[in-house]
Amino acid sequence: MDVSFDLLLNAIISGLLLGGFYAALSVGVAVAFGMLDVVNIAHPAFILLGSYVAFIGNTVFGIDPILAAVIALPAFYLLGMLGYQVYYVAFERRDDQSLRGLSFFFGLLFITEVTLVLIFGVDYRTVQASYIGPSISLGLFDVALRLLVPFLVALAMVVGLQVFLARTFVGRAIQAVAQDQGALRLMAADPVRIKRIAFGLSIATASLAGALLIIYQPVEPSIGRAFIGRIFAICVLGGLGSLPGMLIAAMTLGVAESLTSTFFGPSWSPAVAFGILLITLAVRPSGILGR
Amino acid sequence: MASLVDKTTVGGTARGLSGVSFTLILIAVAGLTFVAGRWLGISYAFVMGYTIVQYIVLSTAWNILGGYTGYVNFGVTAFFAMGSYSTVVLYKLTPALPLPIMILVGGVVAGLVGLGTGYLTLRLRGVYFSIATLALAVVMQTLMTNWDLVGGARGAYVLRPREAPLIGGDYVQYLFLNMLILAVLAVATARAIERAALGYGFAAIRDDEAAAEASGVPTLRLKLIATTLSGAFMGMAGAPLPYKDAFLEPTSVFSLDYAVNAIAMPLIGGTSSWLGPVIGAVLVGGLQEYVRVTISSAVNVLVVGLLLVIFVVAAPKGIVGLFQRKR
Repeated sequence: MDVSFDLLLNAIISGLLLGGFYAALSVGVAVAFGMLDVVNIAHPAFILLGSYVAFIGNTVFGIDPILAAVIALPAFYLLGMLGYQVYYVAFERRDDQSLRGLSFFFGLLFITEVTLVLIFGVDYRTVQASYIGPSISLGLFDVALRLLVPFLVALAMVVGLQVFLARTFVGRAIQAVAQDQGALRLMAADPVRIKRIAFGLSIATASLAGALLIIYQPVEPSIGRAFIGRIFAICVLGGLGSLPGMLIAAMTLGVAESLTSTFFGPSWSPAVAFGILLITLAVRPSGILGR
Repeated sequence: MASLVDKTTVGGTARGLSGVSFTLILIAVAGLTFVAGRWLGISYAFVMGYTIVQYIVLSTAWNILGGYTGYVNFGVTAFFAMGSYSTVVLYKLTPALPLPIMILVGGVVAGLVGLGTGYLTLRLRGVYFSIATLALAVVMQTLMTNWDLVGGARGAYVLRPREAPLIGGDYVQYLFLNMLILAVLAVATARAIERAALGYGFAAIRDDEAAAEASGVPTLRLKLIATTLSGAFMGMAGAPLPYKDAFLEPTSVFSLDYAVNAIAMPLIGGTSSWLGPVIGAVLVGGLQEYVRVTISSAVNVLVVGLLLVIFVVAAPKGIVGLFQRKR
């Protein structure tokens, strides 16, 4: 087993990179589910929407996919605000989130997916950028820029959001909503408005995450589903409402999946997230850094 | 409270009927449907009928958990496919086994999967159960894609007999008959639950679980009964599928279409009584067959998704609820 040290190290490195990428996919759900208690299972569909926006920006207008995502951020933010408004009026106000609210998002997930299939077909789509292809050498191992760039952008996004939540007035208001809505109302702040902003942010992250996804791997409309389990496993494992916990959980899952696919074969890796999810729910439902 | 009132009024059309006479009426309806199919004598009518009746079973099964207790199962395909795959395994081991036994085995396997998932997640908030079922479907697909005995990603062929046993005629008629019997069983079970103490326990969980727990309702046990029953019926609905298609491969049996339909149909029909899922399955299933033939199969699933969203937003009580308001 002397070759396996190299193999192990490589698996861990690529697992960490994968984990950073997973953090970008999960950060929106960490905000929506963890802080706002909105179980947006349609998040992967919004991510895919982001992927296709990046795809159009890249192939039609020839701009960098990440730049395309940044340009689309405001549109996604507005889409999120609109989405929350509908959700609030139709379900939250009626106190009917669990059954119909969940089904609503499930329907959205499905509609988005089928619409993307009708427009783009089921072919795998890719983007072009200077950092897709080459890799840099870091001593013992090579790192593909295709994996490193999403990792760095994801880290920047999560750290940026965490700073926003901790330092700005609106950010603190969002955390206050997560803790006690009633108390916020007593402070003469409107929880619905704050939640609308927060959900807008949550969907805005999907725009960037989508661009990272299509950089990371070719995209077709139904691959979003494979990430649902991972995203929620990460959010639950990290402890709801905690972005640092989410980041640690994403890295953990990334490394676990990478080790599994290195030593048992890649076709087994989708099962890892579910295993982690079930074990977490059974052993420590409040997650790593949960309250 | 509101939904408890629903429960007692929704019984509606068959309020005074006892369980036995209700079941007899169901059997008569099923029998007439079958005879009508025979009289028509079109093979396609049986295929179409099979699909619609299969959705009656699936949506009734989903509603036993989703509609009665308020726990949303997104992993319909996981349970459905358990049934299909147990049939494939049984076919590989003992091909001569009669179909009804395969259906029963499929139900037991899927029921156990439901019990296990429920046991691990149902002690927490309901949403964790929903997320776990969503992930369960992905994991089951991974397992089946990696399992060589059932054909892995390539799929498995099942040779189906040309002649139907017992009743003669094309084999698809036999499949249709089995599915009809299953539908009678599922609907009769659903209605029996509604009227038994079990149903009131379920409704108490749906309306306010903490209050139910505090008043001595054994919530965990009831929820486990619901998941097991619901999973078992889904498994039974999936068991004849390999015989219907003569072929089973992971991407088609784990298709999200089954899950969307099984959720959309009860929500469109109305979740508070047995009648809702049946109405939903017949209307939406029929509409789908129509759209599939006249437009395309991608548009056909889009229609279901749109109907689902429209109904949960605009008509939370479904079609059954629309008629109640008029009365």
